[in-house]
Amino acid sequence: MRTVGKVERSLVEEISRKKGEPEWMRQLRLQSLELFEKMRDPVWIKGIDEVDLDKLVLYEDVEVRADKWEELPDEIRRFYEELNLPEMEKKFLAGLSTSFDSEIVYSRAKEMLEERGVIMLPMEEAVRRYPEMVRKYFGRVFPPATHKYAALHYALWSGGVFVYVPKNVKIEFPVEAFFLISSEMFAQFEHSLIVVDEGASIHFIEGCSSPQFRKFSFHDGVVEAYVHKNAHLKFTTVQNWSRDIINFNNKRAIVEENGSVEWVEGAFGSKASFVYPSVTLQKNARARVTNFSISHQGEWKESGSKVFHLGEGSRSTVISKTISTGDGVSVYRGLLRINKGAKHAFSAISCDSLLMDEESKTFTYPHNQIEEETARVSYEATTSFLTEEQMFYMNSRGLDEDAAKAMIALGFLSDVVAELPPEYSAVFRKVLEYDFRGSVG
Amino acid sequence: MLRVEDLHAWIEGKEIVKGVDLEVNKREIVVVTGPNGSGKSTLARTIMGDPKVEVKEGSIIFKGEDITDLPPEERFERGIFLTFQVPPEFEGVKIGEFLMKVKGREDLETLKELKEIFRRVGLKEEFLFRELHRGLSGGERKRLELAQALFLGKDMIILDEIDSGVDIESVEMMISIIKDLKKRAGILYITHNPLTLKLLEDERIIRMKEGRVVENGR
Repeated sequence: MRTVGKVERSLVEEISRKKGEPEWMRQLRLQSLELFEKMRDPVWIKGIDEVDLDKLVLYEDVEVRADKWEELPDEIRRFYEELNLPEMEKKFLAGLSTSFDSEIVYSRAKEMLEERGVIMLPMEEAVRRYPEMVRKYFGRVFPPATHKYAALHYALWSGGVFVYVPKNVKIEFPVEAFFLISSEMFAQFEHSLIVVDEGASIHFIEGCSSPQFRKFSFHDGVVEAYVHKNAHLKFTTVQNWSRDIINFNNKRAIVEENGSVEWVEGAFGSKASFVYPSVTLQKNARARVTNFSISHQGEWKESGSKVFHLGEGSRSTVISKTISTGDGVSVYRGLLRINKGAKHAFSAISCDSLLMDEESKTFTYPHNQIEEETARVSYEATTSFLTEEQMFYMNSRGLDEDAAKAMIALGFLSDVVAELPPEYSAVFRKVLEYDFRGSVG
Repeated sequence: MLRVEDLHAWIEGKEIVKGVDLEVNKREIVVVTGPNGSGKSTLARTIMGDPKVEVKEGSIIFKGEDITDLPPEERFERGIFLTFQVPPEFEGVKIGEFLMKVKGREDLETLKELKEIFRRVGLKEEFLFRELHRGLSGGERKRLELAQALFLGKDMIILDEIDSGVDIESVEMMISIIKDLKKRAGILYITHNPLTLKLLEDERIIRMKEGRVVENGR
């Protein structure tokens, strides 16, 4: 199914009807549409004026670009082959419809999760099968009224994943949505909701390092996470968008007492990207936000975080690493708020940027609102430059300019890339080399 | 193997190397010495293709090919290697990984070879996991540069003051390794270390002053 058209009531109702949604979800969509119509365009989304919402593909089923591997364009096929990805992964990425369910490895992972009582379903199915549970959280962590494009998202959402980890269940292995939920993770307005119940823990991985060849030009996804008391969530996103996409990624978590959340976010490709994982911390809750991005020629990447300390003893660490090359622009935009009463809250923020040449730019906009006297906050920012001497050294070791930049970029990002699972970081390294060669993507 | 003919090299509008001729053959060490500012390092960097240096006259011939206009990476491919006097630092670039990548071989055998070279130059194995020249002492950097000269197996090795700021024992160790290297490569050795000059007194020595060669012989 493919729907293209003006963003209006009839379109929203059609989406809701096709999905067979309960009334409350239909209402939520319609209310969000009203909000979208009323709210002003945010001035801070660069490139948004180029997006003609009435001409966007707004709702689309899984796209199938070719029926056979051999039918794919040579360039794309060669690229995936060189990355040495698992057969299935590369076929999926290239847009072939592939059934993952039949693959033993992944169905075993699914079985294991089911045995432990973990619910993991495409979002639409969860709305139908667990309406009450979904309703309790959906839109509560990241409300539609947050900004105009959050409202648009709620009016049009489609795809995404619902995860519920029951009390005290600790999932030891990283769960890769890519294989388990596949195509739903790559929708234009996908909505994911992760609920980690008391004492439970999970590491959830969204996306993959390899470039995706998507048809849409504007991505407006939402991830909501609710981490209950003593629970832990690690949420890793590695996405490599097509170069023409505006990526607008809305992620927010609420962390209850003694709970913890880690956001690891690496967004590549896309001509403009806005990624600020956000966390609200209650008593003794902890957050670690790691962001890394690369801005190539003509690209604008904004990343950062928003951390709200509500509870005493809450702790947060924010690490941002950005690279700009060509005339690419990297922006760190962060908000830290420590409320009065969040006694002895602690936050450490560091943002490092690397400029590869004279044309590239970086900007840092930290915004700290500290209302609690006993809070401790540290903020560090560094900007380094790739020097002529460094480039000469690399060249004199046989690496041309692109290979040298890739090597230096990987070095600069090495500590944050180390937070990725090994197979992801291996693919990431190759993708980054391709990225600097500029051959695909 | 390497022939420099009437080389005039300029940096930022100033002539540093003023008409130098020299030749280095395989299995030969040519020592270039002279006071600070005599143009020794600029000569070395010009041969490697430093883009900051502009060659206004003269040519650099390597294995019969004029490489004067080639970029450094292509000179490296053809068999020239330069150790840096003050190597730059690279955040997060792991030494072992870097060297294997540059060598173009990432197998266990190559790793073993690299470990053996590290042992020879007096670097502990753990240096494979350290960052490239970052946080290394002056002496460690020199050893690492020398290790690369051994590991990368190039035919023409230019050593730019590999012996400055290192202790006597290290200079002796380095010279013994360099004499060994001479068995398979040509070496252009820039130095003003008296101990080195003594240890290499049997080799051909070129003295430079104010950008010119003022003495050439043993």
